[in-house]
Amino acid sequence: MKFTLSWLKEHLDTSASLDAIVDGLTKVGLEVEGVEDPAKELAPYITAYVISAEQHPNADRLRVCMVDVGDGKPVQVVCGAPNARTGMKSVFSPPGTYIPGKNITISVGMVRGVESAGMLCSGFELGLSEDHDGIIDLPADAPVGVRYVDYAKIDDPIIDIAVTPNRSDALGVYGVARDLAAAGLGSLKRHDLKPVKGEGACPVSVQLNFATDDKHLAPAFALRLVRGVKNGPSPEWMQSRLKAIGLRPINTLVDITNYITFDRGRPLHVFDAKKVAGNLVVRHAKDGDEILALDGKTYRPDPTTVVICDDNGVESIAGIMGGEHSGCDEHTTDVLIESALWDAFNIAQSGRKLGINTDARYRFERGVDPAFCVPGLDLATHMVMEMCGGIPSEAIVAGEVPAPEKIIPFPWSEVKRLTGVSMLVPEMKAILTELGFWVSGNDNEVKVAVPSWRPDVEQKADIVEEIIRIAGLDQVEMTPFPREVATVIKPVLTLIQKRTRLAKRALAARGLVEAVTWSFIGKSEAEAFGGGKPQLSLANPIASDLSDMRPSLLPGLLKAVGRNVARGLSDVAVFEVGQVFKGDKPEDQSIVATSVRRGLAGPDGLGRHWQGDSSVDAFDAKADAFALLEALGIPVAGLQVVQGGPSWFHPGRSGTLQFGPKMVVGAFGEVHPRILEALDVKGPVVACEINLDLLPPPKARPTRMKPKLVLPEFQPVSRDFAFIVDKSVPVSDMIKATQAAERALITDIAVFDVYEGTGVPEGKVSIALAVTLQPVEKTLTDTEIDAVSTRIVAEVTKKTGAVLRG
Amino acid sequence: MTDYSSLESELVTAIKAAADEASLEAIRVAALGKAGSISGLLKTLGALTPEERKEQGPLINGLRDRVTEALATRRTTLKDAALEARLAAERVDVTLPVQPSDNARGRIHPISQVIEELTTIFGDMGFAVAEGPDIENDFYNFTALNFPLGHPAREMHDTFFFNPDENGERKLLRTHTSPVQIRTMMTQKPPIRVIIPGRTYRCDSDQTHTPMFHQVEGLVIDKGSHMGHLKWILAEFCKAFFEVDDVKMRFRPSFFPFTEPSVEVDIQCSRKGGEIRFGEGEDWLEILGCGMVHPNVIRHCGLDPDEYQGFAWGMGIDRIAMLKYGMPDLRPFFEADVRWLSHYGFRPLDLPTLTGGLSV
Repeated sequence: MKFTLSWLKEHLDTSASLDAIVDGLTKVGLEVEGVEDPAKELAPYITAYVISAEQHPNADRLRVCMVDVGDGKPVQVVCGAPNARTGMKSVFSPPGTYIPGKNITISVGMVRGVESAGMLCSGFELGLSEDHDGIIDLPADAPVGVRYVDYAKIDDPIIDIAVTPNRSDALGVYGVARDLAAAGLGSLKRHDLKPVKGEGACPVSVQLNFATDDKHLAPAFALRLVRGVKNGPSPEWMQSRLKAIGLRPINTLVDITNYITFDRGRPLHVFDAKKVAGNLVVRHAKDGDEILALDGKTYRPDPTTVVICDDNGVESIAGIMGGEHSGCDEHTTDVLIESALWDAFNIAQSGRKLGINTDARYRFERGVDPAFCVPGLDLATHMVMEMCGGIPSEAIVAGEVPAPEKIIPFPWSEVKRLTGVSMLVPEMKAILTELGFWVSGNDNEVKVAVPSWRPDVEQKADIVEEIIRIAGLDQVEMTPFPREVATVIKPVLTLIQKRTRLAKRALAARGLVEAVTWSFIGKSEAEAFGGGKPQLSLANPIASDLSDMRPSLLPGLLKAVGRNVARGLSDVAVFEVGQVFKGDKPEDQSIVATSVRRGLAGPDGLGRHWQGDSSVDAFDAKADAFALLEALGIPVAGLQVVQGGPSWFHPGRSGTLQFGPKMVVGAFGEVHPRILEALDVKGPVVACEINLDLLPPPKARPTRMKPKLVLPEFQPVSRDFAFIVDKSVPVSDMIKATQAAERALITDIAVFDVYEGTGVPEGKVSIALAVTLQPVEKTLTDTEIDAVSTRIVAEVTKKTGAVLRG
Repeated sequence: MTDYSSLESELVTAIKAAADEASLEAIRVAALGKAGSISGLLKTLGALTPEERKEQGPLINGLRDRVTEALATRRTTLKDAALEARLAAERVDVTLPVQPSDNARGRIHPISQVIEELTTIFGDMGFAVAEGPDIENDFYNFTALNFPLGHPAREMHDTFFFNPDENGERKLLRTHTSPVQIRTMMTQKPPIRVIIPGRTYRCDSDQTHTPMFHQVEGLVIDKGSHMGHLKWILAEFCKAFFEVDDVKMRFRPSFFPFTEPSVEVDIQCSRKGGEIRFGEGEDWLEILGCGMVHPNVIRHCGLDPDEYQGFAWGMGIDRIAMLKYGMPDLRPFFEADVRWLSHYGFRPLDLPTLTGGLSV
C-alpha cells in the first residue's frame, strides 16, 4: 500500500525523520518495499528566467537561450522546445543532473556548433507528467533560482509498504500511524468525528434480502442522501495525494470514497441519487442479471455473488465495484453514500469468479472494521458537505453492525515462554493499549479485549506477536540450542535416504551427470511409460507437456538427451534419482534411479578416442545397473536377469532385474526405437532403471564384525571349456549348469569368449568358460581335475544341449 | 715357463669384440666350458709336481679369473646395450591424451549437494530428515496448517490441482514442504527435530519462478524451545552453510498462517559485480521465513499448545544454492543442459562433511 509522508502525518504527530519512519515500518512488520523521494531526485532542478531566446544559427528548430538561474551569471542553453521564448520562467537542470524521464545525465556539450551548459525541462523529463510538448511554463511571479521541488511543493515522499494478509487494519493510513505510534515514533492524532445531523429521513430504503443462513453475507448496510451537492474536481491536496499513490482523480464525490478507502481502510460507494429508481435491494444475483461496471465492462454475476439493485436492476456488485449507470459525475446534485459490511469469503470468491480486482475487494476480503461502518459514512458525509456542499438526510442502517467482543485471557508469562524475552508488565501493557487493546486485571493473567479492527487476533500467541513486533524482534536474544542428549550424535538418515544419496554418488562416479527434471510430463509420454492415469493428471497444468505425474524418469531424461543433442552434444551420459508416481496415494510414490547413455558415452569415456571407442550398448546399461546395486550393498548373487524388459525397451536387447518373478526391481537395455522416434531423440540410447524402494533391506547384524577371513592353503587351478550351443540358450543357464556340476570346488566361472562365424554352425554360438577350482584340503591330482572337467561338460550338455568344441 | 699372455689377449680381444650375448657365450664355452682352452689348462695342474703347481696354479687361475671377469663385464655391457635398444624401441608418445576419469566427467546436481550440506549441518544439531508425498490433500497442505477456507493466503499459493475423484476429493501438488510438519507431528511423539527437504510445486512460471522448485523446512516441537533458540539455529546455520565467520541477520515481523509470531529473515550482504558476499556490505537479502508453530497447527496434530511449543522455518533450496554458488538463474536447474550441469555440478567425491568442510 502506498501513502505519502504528509498523509501519514495527518494521523501521526511525529518529529521522526523519513529514514526513522521507514525503519520503524519494517521493524513492526509493515515492510517498506520502496520510498520515492521526489525531493531527492529532483533536488538539482532550479527555477530560471529566460533572459533571451534567439534562433540557433545552424538549426531551424532550436533556440539559443540565455538563462538566469539566480546567481547573476547567465547560462547559455540550446533548447528545442517550441514554447521557449524570451521572458518566460521555467525549470533548469545544470550539467551533471540526472533526467529521470530520459534516463540520461546531462553534461556541457555542443549542439549544432553552439555550447549548451544545461537544459530547460519539460514535465515529462522530470517524471512528473506526460507533457513533453514543451518546457515547463512557470507563472510570471515564480521566484528565480530556488529549488523547483520547494517551489512546486512536490517534496512529499511516497512510501510503499507490503501489508501481510492478516493486517487489514494497516490497509488505511490511520492504521499504519497507529502501529508507528505504538512503536514510539510519535503519537496518534485523535480525530473527533462528530455524528452528522441529518435533516429528514433518507428517502431511499434498503432491504437485505437473505435467508437466515445467508444473513452473514450482508450484515449491515448504512446509507444516506446528500442533496444539492456541487460535484467538480476535488481539492488540489486530495488530488495530489491520490495521484501520488497511483490513483486517477475523477471528481470530488468519487475521490472522497477513494480517499477514505486508503485513509481509513473503509471502502465506500456513491450513487447518483437521481439515477437510482426506487429503493435499494441487496440480494443474491439472479440468472439474467447483468451490470455495466465502472471499469466499462459488462459482468453477469452468478447467484453466489451479492448485488445491490434498484427498480432498474443491478446497480452495483457488492463490495467489489459499482455500476456505470448510477455512478456520480459532474452533473450529480444528489448523492447516496453507501457504507456497508460484507462477508470476506464471499467477496473473495465473487471477485475471483468475476476477475475483478479493486481496492474495495482487496479490503473487504481481508476484513474491514465493522465498528467504523457508520462512522465511515459520517466521515464521508462531512467531507462531501465541506467540499461539495449539500444537505444530508439522516442515515439508515439496514441489518445490524456486528459488535464482536473478543476477550482473551492472557498470562503475561506467554511472552517469555514463546519468545524467550523477559519484559516488564507495564511495558507490555503499554504496547497493547497503544494498539487499541483493552487490558483489564492486575494479576499475572489479565483479560485482553481485542479491538474491532483486528479480526486476526484470536488467541494468546497472537497477542505475543503484537507485543514482540512492537517491542522489536531485536529484543529476542540468541540462545544456544543444546542437543537433546549430550552425546555424540546418532545417525539420522533412513535406509531410503542413505540409498538415495549413495545412488547419486555411485552413478556420478561412473561418469554420469545428474539431472533434475520436472515431476510432470506430457500425457502421451506418461502413457507410453505405463502412466497417464486420470488421477495423476493435473486439472490446471502450466503447459500441455507438463500435465501428468511421471511414471518413470525416462521420458524426462530422454527429452533432456534430445535437447543436448540438438545443442551439438552428441555423446551424453545423464542420470536422475527421483520420485515416480503410480497412483495418487503416498505409498504409490517411490524413488527410482535411472541412467541414460547416448552415442559414444560409455562407461570408459566420452566421444571418439584413439584408444578405442564404441557406441553404447545394452551391456553398458547393465553395467550401470550392477554398479549401482553393488554400491548400495545389494547382494547381486541372487539377482535374476531375465531376457526382455518393459515395452519402452528394445525387446531383444533389454533385460529385467528381479529377485524372483514378484520382486522386479528394475530393467536395462536399449531404448525402443519407436519411443526414441516419438520423443525425437536419435539413437543409440541405452538406459537402466532401478527402483530403490523395492530393493531388499540389509540383514540386521548384531555387531559390525566382518566374517573371519579364511585363506586357502592351496593354489587354485583353472580350466577352459569352449562349447558350441544354440543361440537361444542363455549363457546364464550354462553357468548355472557348470556350477551345479561341482559346488564345492568351483569358486569362479568367467565367460572369456563369445564367438560366432567361421567354424561355428549357423544358429549356434561358441561360448568359452574359464572355470576356477579352489582345492580345500589337498592339492588336486590331474585325475581329480579331469573328473571335474568331465562332470562339467556332461552337466552343461545335459542342461543346455551344448557340445564341447573339438 | 709357459706364457699364457697370447691366449689371454686373444680371448680378451674376442670378448670385447663379441656383438651379442650368444657370441659371448660361445667364447665362454670355448674358454671355460668342459672342453674349453682354460679348462684344459686347469686340468693339467693335477699332473704337475707341487712346485710346478705352485708356479703354474696362480698363473692359470689368474688367467681364468681375468677372463671370467672380462666375460662378466662384457655381458653387463651387452645386456645394458640390449636393454637400451629395447627401451628405445618401446618409446611411446606420452603426450597422447587419456580419457578423463569418471570423477572428472560425473557430476552431482547442486540441489543434491546442497541437500547433503543441509543434512550435514542440521544432523549435527540432532535433526532427522523427514519426507512426505508430493501429491497431497487439502487437509495436510492447507487446513491443518491453519489456512482458513477462502483466505487470501490460500490463493497466494497458485496450487496445482488434480481432477476430483469419485468422492469429489481433489488432490493437489504440495505448494510447500509444510504438510510434512503435520505428518511428522501426527506420527511422532515430541520432542521432534526434523528438517524436511523436498520438491514443491506452484502454478507459476517466469524469469524467477519455475512450476517446480525445492524447499527445506525445519521443525522443532518440545516443551521449551523459543524464538531465542530459533534465532541461534538460523544464525549458526547461515554461518555454517555460507562458510563465513559471521553473518548479520535482520528479523522482521511477518505473516504465515502456520506460525505465530511469524518472522521473515534477511541477511546482510554486499553485491559487487554480480557477486554476493555475506558477512559484509549494506544490502539486505530476504532468505527465509519462520516463526513459532501456530497453536492451531499444534492442536490439529492432537497436541496441546499450552504444553507443547516449538518453531519452524522454511527456505528455498534452489535459492540458497544460487546465493552460495552464484548461479544467476533458476530455470537452468531443471533444463538438464549438460554444459550447465558440468559447470555448476559437483564431482562425485565432493562429499560435504563438517570435519573436512562443506565445500572445497
